[in-house]
Amino acid sequence: MRKVRAVLAAVVAAPLVAGCGGGGGGVTLHWYVGQESSGSYREAAQRCTDSSNGRYRIAMEALPNNADAQRQLVVRRLAARDRTVDLIGMDVIWTAEFAEAGWLRPWVGARGAQVSAGVLAGPLATARYRGTLWAAPFTSNSQLLWYRKSRTGTVPTTWDELISAAEALPRGQQVVAVQGARYEGYTVWVNSLLASAGTELVVDADRPDRARAGLAVGPTEQALGVIRRLATSPAADPGLSVATEQDTRQAMLSGAASYSLNYPAVYAAARAEQPGLVDDLGWARYPEVVAGRPSRPPLGGINLGVSAYSPHPEQAFDAAACLRSEANQELGATRGSLPPTIAALYDDPAVARQFPFGRLLRESIAAAAPRPATPAYADVSLAVQQVLHPPASVDPARDVPGLRRTIDDALASKALL
Amino acid sequence: MRRAASEQRVAGPPPRERRGPAAAPARRVRRKRRPRAGRRRAWLLTAPAVAVMLAVSGFPVGYGVWLSLQRYDLRFPAQRGFVGLANYAAVLSAPVFWSDLAATAVITVLAVGLELVLGLGIALILRRGLAGRRALNAALLLPYGIITVVAAFAWQYLATPSLSFLTDRAWLGERWSSFAVIIATEAWKATPLVALLLLAGLAAVPEELMETARLDGASGWQRFTGVLLPAIRPVLLVVLLYRTLDTVRVFDTVFIQTNGANGTQTVSLLAYDQLAGRLNLGLGSAVSMLLFLLAAVIAVGFVWVFRADLRELSRGPG
Repeated sequence: MRKVRAVLAAVVAAPLVAGCGGGGGGVTLHWYVGQESSGSYREAAQRCTDSSNGRYRIAMEALPNNADAQRQLVVRRLAARDRTVDLIGMDVIWTAEFAEAGWLRPWVGARGAQVSAGVLAGPLATARYRGTLWAAPFTSNSQLLWYRKSRTGTVPTTWDELISAAEALPRGQQVVAVQGARYEGYTVWVNSLLASAGTELVVDADRPDRARAGLAVGPTEQALGVIRRLATSPAADPGLSVATEQDTRQAMLSGAASYSLNYPAVYAAARAEQPGLVDDLGWARYPEVVAGRPSRPPLGGINLGVSAYSPHPEQAFDAAACLRSEANQELGATRGSLPPTIAALYDDPAVARQFPFGRLLRESIAAAAPRPATPAYADVSLAVQQVLHPPASVDPARDVPGLRRTIDDALASKALL
Repeated sequence: MRRAASEQRVAGPPPRERRGPAAAPARRVRRKRRPRAGRRRAWLLTAPAVAVMLAVSGFPVGYGVWLSLQRYDLRFPAQRGFVGLANYAAVLSAPVFWSDLAATAVITVLAVGLELVLGLGIALILRRGLAGRRALNAALLLPYGIITVVAAFAWQYLATPSLSFLTDRAWLGERWSSFAVIIATEAWKATPLVALLLLAGLAAVPEELMETARLDGASGWQRFTGVLLPAIRPVLLVVLLYRTLDTVRVFDTVFIQTNGANGTQTVSLLAYDQLAGRLNLGLGSAVSMLLFLLAAVIAVGFVWVFRADLRELSRGPG
């Protein structure tokens, strides 16, 4: 009986104790961030908690594992002024939206300088909006062309070469795995194709009053032509229109695909699940749309933002600065294969061992095309998916005007999408 | 306090009756008064429940209407303002609304049709009184007890070549095969319930009626179409209405399996995208209101068209 009572007391008391930050006078900071399976986030959070001398304790709140669902959860809480959100692991595309809505505290003065120093230019730009730094760059990412060395002669440098090379392979090996499902990953592909062809989705993205669709006709038709050619080729996965990162990674590991446009997670997965495959896995720069015109690979990653509704901003800024420190980014890279945002880490021997393609990855991040930094980004992405999905339905000549009109509607946030 | 006051009011004779002849009809007056007082008490007793109902369903609907008349995007709070019916105009003039409505209609008609045919078939078999019927009933209800999201995933895996033990075709990669998977999932989930409801209807058909028909020389098919179907028609209609209203709002199955890809987006998914994705409360509420209106029109229209049948049902079987 006494035992039961003790257990009950513990159960009742536990949340209270946790709420007081372990009773040490510190506060609990809730960090909303996507799940990271290697545990590097968790360890970094623990390190920062320990080094704060009891000022704060970081509690991780896992977000869903797809980008759209992550945003919906965070945005719902912020729109409701949730005071239990302190730190946010923000996808690079959220900055403009969150800043414009007033959901973030800016990083100013010495604090801003501290988390900008030595950071790669591309990732840093994703954390800025209209001249202000709204988040601390934490991890970066870009896609490479992954291929089976044993099935590849000369490595393709353009999309046309890539699709032709795949078509020449025997049946069952012909797939070029790309993310064609109706979700953010598809917009990532479209955006890189457009930028590689020399145009962009939105111009004046950061000026809500002036923003409008870019989409110069010639380059847009070329970019959409790539989607059309792949989607109607034997090199397309039969499930292209529902393929996400997990599916394309799996296709590469299983051998159904000989090529894949994907993040370095492919390499980490091969190492962990199919060590025999690692030696056959080659990598190259993201393909060009126009031969001779350097490609603009995708740019991903996570920035750390401090919620405007957090009751503990001081501690939250300190915790974010600690989480993105060089030591913790090294931990993320070596254990979780998360590309760092601090430039110097790409020369770090431990990081180089994890990323044998580190030099190319850094080059890709430098050349990458960010997605439009408009507060209405989610709408723009929805518009892209609405007009250009499924991939096999894309008709370059017909779709250019429709895409431009739908994106203009999306930027005005007035039309149904 | 309040109760005492109201009882007093109830107890006092109504003014109109006070004018009537005094002594003799007093008893009649009292007898007349009782149902009136009772009615008022009934209102008082149900008032809390009515208030709760208004709060949990009336308020959200009213608030939804109010939101749908505004330009209200949580990301651009400064632009908030009353816009009249502009959101409805934007929704009704968007091709995507009509194509989503068409997709919703396809799923509803085919799924509900399949459920009724299969459900009736199963009910007819069960009516025969098979051995182990109780166990069969329990097994039959299993799909209905499974959470829709889980069922949606199970069917999605079944239809995905790399995960399936049944197919090497990407069923969710094209429009009509995607519809087939969605409709199969919906039907698989709801058929058991339809079967059980119809079975209850069949059980109420008197055995003598069937016996008489048989003695009169009616064939099996004639007994089915001439006796059984008319007898369970009211139950059939209620099941049809219930399943139609449910399926018109289909969300989770589509959300999980295709997220609206390949032309399978439904109206509720469209509303979700505007609300949860874009935080555009004005447009999203307008879509929701139109969906609500659609359900209301179906319900009211249905009740009106089949009013005779439904009256029969409310009188009870037989």
